[in-house]
Amino acid sequence: MLEAVERLFREAAPEADYASLRYVRGRNEQVAVRQNIVEPVSTSEDVGAMITVVDGGGLGYAGTCDLTRAGLKRAADKALEWAHRTAGKSVLDFTRVHPRSPKGEYTSRPAKPWDSVSLGDKIALLQEVCEQLKADDRIVDWDARLWHTELETLLLTSDGGRVYQRFHFLVPNMTATANEGTETQTRSFGGIGCARQGGLEVLDDLGFHEAAPRISSEALQLLAAPDCPTGKMEVLLAPDQMILQIHESIGHPLELDRILGDERNYAGTSFVTLDMFGAYRYGTELLNVTFDPTRPNQLATYAFDDDGTPAKKEYIIRNGILLRPLGGAISQARAGIPGVANSRAAGWNRPPIDRMANLNLEPGESTFDEMVRGIERGIAMETNCSWSIDDSRNKFQFGCEWGRMIEDGELKGVVRKPNYRGVSATFWRSLKQVGDAAGLQVLGTPFCGKGEPNQSIRVGHASPACVFGNVDVFGGA
Amino acid sequence: MREYFNTIADEIQSHLHADEAFTSDFGAEDSDFVRFNRNEIRQAGHVTQRMLEIDLISGKRHASGCGSLSGDLETDRPRIARLIKSLRELRSHLPEDPHLLYATEVRSTERTGSSRLPDAAAAVEEIRKAGQGRDLVGIYASGGIHKGFANSFGQRNWYGTHTFNFDWSFYHQLDKAVKTTYAGFEWKPQEFDRKVSWAKEQLEALSHPARTVHPGRYRVYLAPAALYDIVGILNSGGFGLKSHRTKQTPLLKMIEGEVRMHPSVNIAEHTGAGIAANFQEAGFIRPDRVTLIEAGAHRDCLVSPRSAMEYGVPTNGASLMEIPESLEVAPGDLPMERVLRTLETGIYVGNVWYLNYSDRSNCRTTGMTRFATFWVEGARIKAPLNVMRFDETLFRMLGENLVGLTREQDLILDPGTYYQRSTQSRLVPGALVDDFTLTL
Repeated sequence: MLEAVERLFREAAPEADYASLRYVRGRNEQVAVRQNIVEPVSTSEDVGAMITVVDGGGLGYAGTCDLTRAGLKRAADKALEWAHRTAGKSVLDFTRVHPRSPKGEYTSRPAKPWDSVSLGDKIALLQEVCEQLKADDRIVDWDARLWHTELETLLLTSDGGRVYQRFHFLVPNMTATANEGTETQTRSFGGIGCARQGGLEVLDDLGFHEAAPRISSEALQLLAAPDCPTGKMEVLLAPDQMILQIHESIGHPLELDRILGDERNYAGTSFVTLDMFGAYRYGTELLNVTFDPTRPNQLATYAFDDDGTPAKKEYIIRNGILLRPLGGAISQARAGIPGVANSRAAGWNRPPIDRMANLNLEPGESTFDEMVRGIERGIAMETNCSWSIDDSRNKFQFGCEWGRMIEDGELKGVVRKPNYRGVSATFWRSLKQVGDAAGLQVLGTPFCGKGEPNQSIRVGHASPACVFGNVDVFGGA
Repeated sequence: MREYFNTIADEIQSHLHADEAFTSDFGAEDSDFVRFNRNEIRQAGHVTQRMLEIDLISGKRHASGCGSLSGDLETDRPRIARLIKSLRELRSHLPEDPHLLYATEVRSTERTGSSRLPDAAAAVEEIRKAGQGRDLVGIYASGGIHKGFANSFGQRNWYGTHTFNFDWSFYHQLDKAVKTTYAGFEWKPQEFDRKVSWAKEQLEALSHPARTVHPGRYRVYLAPAALYDIVGILNSGGFGLKSHRTKQTPLLKMIEGEVRMHPSVNIAEHTGAGIAANFQEAGFIRPDRVTLIEAGAHRDCLVSPRSAMEYGVPTNGASLMEIPESLEVAPGDLPMERVLRTLETGIYVGNVWYLNYSDRSNCRTTGMTRFATFWVEGARIKAPLNVMRFDETLFRMLGENLVGLTREQDLILDPGTYYQRSTQSRLVPGALVDDFTLTL
């Protein structure tokens, strides 16, 4: 298929200043067991290509699932038509923006490939997990699931560029829902934030096999727990909540296309402005954030973005100072400042836009015990279950599945419905402690939504647990 | 396109073994997408996509698979043959599925319309003309959407529509903007001009110095676009039978009789009032209406075929996710023209944004005000409001604190384009609410 597409593109590429073809083939398999019954196994294969044409300063694209000679020709003609229609009416003269002749390859290498274990054995594993989750009559719903994706992309450019990349992703999850009267509590395996590149070794690395008894027990404990108290106090956020905090209040506001206004009708704008880069204090000295597409097995690790820009690690925030935005080649040309290789598309049917990719909080020096010991009164929160933030990515409110009181430097009883709210522009300035490398977790979500037309994409986040001071905390009802 | 789908269905049939049945679900679109920023074009292009899902059934065992199709029969025939072969192999490793249910009574339907859409280039010119000298940002999406269902019993369902949806904002500055949607089947310049004029009037109101209010409880008017999102949060587990039986619905306290909404609250899945297809992926036909909440009390659930088998009740044609696709909130008796007079002093909320449950058991929802939201005093709009966070339970909002629903409803077509262009819609009035809690 790849050779045919390549040959047809070289033949069908229109006479234009620049043209590219981005081929994407994704194969998915989802296996799930709910209440000890095997759910329908879902498989899918999606194949298509997007042709992008730049001519006379305009840019047009056409995505098609018809990869025949005629189909690609029609797509090329459509893309050229839109390039001509938009010439002189666009936000930018696109003529010299694209990376020149990119060449390279990337392949993620699963240690335990998805197909090396039979479907029957995967089902047996999930059955076993399910049986462990149903530990009590008050567990009213429970499930365990695995979602594997194999993704192959090929970027060809009219100036001879060729980038081939192949990825394997695994998203495991399990949930236990407990009920008593009109109170229902759910505990999960990291919500939707527990995903990595790789094969079934991800299950070993993330502790999937051992998690079920704890998840079930914690759902039951939450039923009996008091609501999280209300007040200003310290919070100790676990990595599976930190990734959401990083994502919403650092990642999105630093996306350059938001800062340039592209997203204002949908995902929103940003409280960050172009003049802040290089000088603005985003957080305390402890805050170090990197864009890192090089970390092995993280969800959004790659060698090139979808425009063909080579990807490398960059500091976004160093010692609390904001350094550079998350913007790809086109946004960088519009803004006139350097960014990163993060122009990415959700599939062959959507054009690339600025996305987060892997955005990580670099570890500090505090052990978990030291962080707990340093808190006089606070809440330790774990696993995000509620998220909301304003369209400038400033006023936020987040909630977690699991909370524990911390009093006089010791972890105490469980509290339910722990929520907190704050303002991005000041929240990171209350960062008091950053966990060490031993506590760092490499996580990620397959569902980051943005863009018009809408795109849902994979993003990776790695973070240790962190402590924030003087946070507005509250519970339910 | 319909003939192509029928040929595909025949092709699937030709591969069946004697003991097999199939259901198949087809979706396709040919769409233009043009994205604007500051009245200039950010991205413009076209997407052609076709997707087919086959569920290959033998007794109580089945396996389903989904694949993109090229639209070229010579290319697609071998793909279908490969897909069926792989499903047969997959099925051999699977146990019987006690929750399998699919339509066996043949009920073929057809709903099509010819395209009256404007040429996309002409629409773009009209849009740029309307935005001249203004900061216009948004997206124009347009084209044909097709859905089909076929099974081995001979049922064929076809749905085709040609719609456009121009979802845009005029920005004043920073985050102060007015959001408008113009959607339909045929571009009517007068209707578009009316929407543009309305947006310009609102933009003028946004140019006054903004006001910030303190957290607290306020009397608010939720315009239809705001109520659209607030009732939309109930899509997340509010109405499905599975979420009710597993006690995960945010309406649990209502079902158990601990709380009621206001007697004027009536919510239904009203397929007849929307633009979505009236069939679902297992071949069941949706009734014109399923009443979900009646006079403030819970009435029926949306029941997918799987839930029907699991819980022993009849399906009412809901999709697997059991979410409404054509939700209607019945109107009240407050004339829209009297909204400001009835509000007197408080907040006019044009839009809300980024809703999520903050306490699911109490149906408590947090979110932000957004776009054209104003402080109202003496029944007049006084100033745009800086964005505020709300955190309030729907039981109070649409219960004891509901002052009234407007007599008029807006049919809002979902501009969503995740994976494909949405055909969901909601028919909603505005709502006047007392003691609405703002927290940040």
